[in-house]
Amino acid sequence: MTTRAARLFLAVSAARLFVEPAAAGEIPLPERRSSYEFMSRETRAMQDDDTGNPGTLWVLDGEALWKRKAGAADRACSDCHGDARESMKAVAARYPAFDPARGRPVNLEQRINACRVGRQKAPALAYESKDLLALTAYVARQSRGLPIAIAIDGRTRPFLEAGRERFFRRQGQLNLACAQCHDDLWSGKLAGSPITQAHPTGYPLYRLEWQGLGSLERRLRGCLVGIRAEPYAYGAPEFVDLELYLMWRANGMKIETPAVRP
Amino acid sequence: MTTRREFLVLACGAASVAAATKVRAQIDPNQQALRKAAMQEALRRVVGDAPVRRGRVKLELPPLIDNGNSVPLSVAVESPMTPSDHVKAIHVFTEKNPLPDVVSAYLGPRAGRARMSIRVRLADTQTVLAIAQLSDGSFWSDSAEVVVTLSACLEEGLI
Amino acid sequence: MARAIVNVPARAKRGEIIEIKTLAAHPMETGFRRTQLGELIPRDIIRRFVCTYNGAEVFRVDLHPAVAANPLIAFTTVATESGTIAFQWAGDNGYAVTETASIRVE
Repeated sequence: MTTRAARLFLAVSAARLFVEPAAAGEIPLPERRSSYEFMSRETRAMQDDDTGNPGTLWVLDGEALWKRKAGAADRACSDCHGDARESMKAVAARYPAFDPARGRPVNLEQRINACRVGRQKAPALAYESKDLLALTAYVARQSRGLPIAIAIDGRTRPFLEAGRERFFRRQGQLNLACAQCHDDLWSGKLAGSPITQAHPTGYPLYRLEWQGLGSLERRLRGCLVGIRAEPYAYGAPEFVDLELYLMWRANGMKIETPAVRP
Repeated sequence: MTTRREFLVLACGAASVAAATKVRAQIDPNQQALRKAAMQEALRRVVGDAPVRRGRVKLELPPLIDNGNSVPLSVAVESPMTPSDHVKAIHVFTEKNPLPDVVSAYLGPRAGRARMSIRVRLADTQTVLAIAQLSDGSFWSDSAEVVVTLSACLEEGLI
Repeated sequence: MARAIVNVPARAKRGEIIEIKTLAAHPMETGFRRTQLGELIPRDIIRRFVCTYNGAEVFRVDLHPAVAANPLIAFTTVATESGTIAFQWAGDNGYAVTETASIRVE
């Protein structure tokens, strides 16, 4: 390639990167595989059967909390949102979403807490608390079977880019980037466990390793500890940017909440 | 003292352990011997001196387990389940868990079928044993070998 | 708090063998785990599960720490008559949960 052609090529490539997040490294839609496909038949069966899926216990709790009045405003979620099966349909599929009040994207947990504090006038629910997990699971469950649909616009693009940069950045004592395993080495194995593509299609999910339900942030903290990096605090902007990128990277894949994973 | 789990956390991310041609259990051999003896003792408590025959019992476990914290286990026993000929109890034991007893189910003719499913914890690659006690006092058994791997990256105590 | 989920067919033919599936919410703390500071977390498990059919026991399980958290227990019973099938879980620290299901037997 001549220098001129090379420079032109680079200019065009660079321009594409600014105009629209290019597919550099992202797994093309037809090749996207849910972590469900990397599990054993038995674990898949555990997810598929609602009455045998322990995540259902949290979903049922969430349903009860949805209807329970709370806070100084003495209001239940249902008082404003009615039947979650209608009002929350497809909501989880587009989170994290931009929150104009904060000027940045927020995840589903933060959105629920914003309602708790702002509308119900109740204290925020702690991250990974039984109640927050139950409500998040109940809301996300209403998107089960629907495709993830993160729409990026001028407001959210910088946060998507920040999330992507984090996904590709080497971190921790082991100096590993998420992309190295989850873009380049998926379908391989790490010490006997399959390396998945790491799509957050089923959160909050019941993880056999936790013997309980947990959020995407809890799982990501596990990853960060695994590469010997300092895990970010729950709700940290670094996390939400990364969640936004991961969900966008999984666009088109179906929500599975409450999923079961090893 | 570095525990086995701590060691695995430190090793996480390094090249995966070269696959051995034979799958080896990871619990310290002295502890293995103690636990095996405990299982024999637990078995004796249930069976006494009576002979235990292989057969009539079918123990189902996935041969390769995603996570030892929750393993689906099924036991089925061939029996007409009539008042005069039925399965009275099904006992499950392990040889490498900290305790040998897993579960004991008590049935009768009203069960219709001598069949039960449950989710259990298995600490290591090992043999699981199922014993059926019939109404005529006889004992029958089946065993299954399972391979249990740990999660690649452990986050013990981290929330 | 959702304590348990039970799955029993609503109706059955007399003499039919029906499948029953139960799922209980319980951490089944083994008593072998330690906190990050090395303190032993005390055992806290479900010890016994009993199923009764119009009051008569039809299935019973003694559980040990080797049973997984949020245990699923599935078994069968003969649909003898219409009525109530009751499920009782009992365990450490006063844990006691009861669930019932009605069945119509024709």
